Amino acid sequence: MSVIEVTDLRKSYGGRTVVDDVSFTVDEGEIFGILGPNGAGKTTTVECVEGLRVPDAGRVRVTGLDPVADHARVARVLGAQLQESELQDKLTVREALELYAALYDKPADWRPLAERLGLTARLTTRFGKLSGGQKQRLFIALALIGNPRIVVLDELTTGLDPRARRDTWELVEDVRANGVTVLLVTHFMEEAQRLCDRIAVIDKGRVAALDTPAGLIRRSAGGTVISFTPSAPLDDRDLNALPALASVAHKDGRITLSGTDETVNAVITLLARSHVTAHQLRVSDATLDDAFLDLTREEAA
Amino acid sequence: MNIAVLRTETRLFGREPGSLFWILLFPTLLLVILGSIPAFHEHERDLGGLRTIDVYVPVSVLLGLIVSGLQAMPQTLTGYRERGILRRMSTTPVRPSALLTAQMTVYGAAALASALLALVVGRLAFDVRLPEQPFGYLLALLLTVLAALSLGALVSALSRTTKIAGAIGSAVFFPAMFCAGVWMPVQAMPDVLAEAVGYTPFGAASQALNQAAAGDWPGWAHLGVVAAWIVLLTAGAARWFRWE
Repeated sequence: MSVIEVTDLRKSYGGRTVVDDVSFTVDEGEIFGILGPNGAGKTTTVECVEGLRVPDAGRVRVTGLDPVADHARVARVLGAQLQESELQDKLTVREALELYAALYDKPADWRPLAERLGLTARLTTRFGKLSGGQKQRLFIALALIGNPRIVVLDELTTGLDPRARRDTWELVEDVRANGVTVLLVTHFMEEAQRLCDRIAVIDKGRVAALDTPAGLIRRSAGGTVISFTPSAPLDDRDLNALPALASVAHKDGRITLSGTDETVNAVITLLARSHVTAHQLRVSDATLDDAFLDLTREEAA
Repeated sequence: MNIAVLRTETRLFGREPGSLFWILLFPTLLLVILGSIPAFHEHERDLGGLRTIDVYVPVSVLLGLIVSGLQAMPQTLTGYRERGILRRMSTTPVRPSALLTAQMTVYGAAALASALLALVVGRLAFDVRLPEQPFGYLLALLLTVLAALSLGALVSALSRTTKIAGAIGSAVFFPAMFCAGVWMPVQAMPDVLAEAVGYTPFGAASQALNQAAAGDWPGWAHLGVVAAWIVLLTAGAARWFRWE
């Protein structure tokens, strides 16, 4: 069952189209990623889902409700962590949790929430004195405090050190394990690849691709990378004739090819036919990074 | 109005020593300093037989209102918008207007407390008579608080950043104080000037408060000027206020 439906969403600011016919649905219980370069329209898209912005055209539904017209009801089922938002400097962690809990009819108990987010030792610390990681954890707690069915996390780990980032990822998985649907906005490939069930790649306001991380990698040209040092030179014509080949590179006597699984099979056949041995043969999947660059390349050029 | 938000904002106000001093204490402190000048205890013919200290009590009352509404509140509100605090509240079932009303309530209450302190200290320390028309005085006072708050709201609406809010606040602050009679009580101003000042929110307020203090019902003309300003300023604030 889908809990978020976005259909032909369009939004412009002063004549500049920021979101251009974006459509996707998010199923209950999944971690859905919105991935894209800075300024691609990711945040504007989720702000329309949160009801913070009014779409110029298109339809947004959250559990069947319109986030703008039915704002209060949507706010009860959707928790949000916003990019670049703060709290009052002199508000303590405990006061912030109590305040936000009081804004909902049936809030979660903030104590176990604070415990789970490692904030218990910081309850009397003022917001202004928290570290970046602690602030982010507090914002996750505030996003979860209304017992939401859906949580939107926008650039969750930006500015965190690698350790804090990994902790936060575990936390997001934990949140999903509790049955909460997660809409995750990010520009970190590693984060998207690790966490998301499905990803919408947004570039220049449009959905460039929508698939599982593995699917995105597979579908991009050069999803598989093959490298080896041949025992005898291979004919370039043979190499270039390989099926589904995306690129060929020679360096220090080593050949690096990218393509698909079909290319791998053909290379092995070619090597056997030519009686050439491949030293240090390595076959690896391209990362989401490669896939992303491939998906967004043409439009950048 | 959301009680949890109001409680939080009240608590946060208590953590701002600057606001506490300038709103609650400074006007009365100024009164005490002026009251320590012996000459200010003499009856002046220019002031209709009043002592200078008598006319400075209403001035101190207005000063607290102006500092609270015009200097303190726009800074806080603009900061809340600038730092995404209003936006954060927009994602909850409670609207960010809850923060706005809580702010106005807190600063309005602080302004009234400041006024009360000035009246009490004036009475106890310098034998300045309490307003002889208390209901008229209260009405004029409440209207003036609303005028100060709506002026502050307009400043927040027009200021994109706290720096701008500070600059506009100060630019309006000095004329407002002049009209309130901080440098020259309205009674001592030349007639033409006093009449002109009577059309400004705090000049009109000052005259309404003085009338009520002397035992008369404050003139409807003065109250009307203050009320008209409230409507005008509130409309402007509502027209231009941005949540982000």
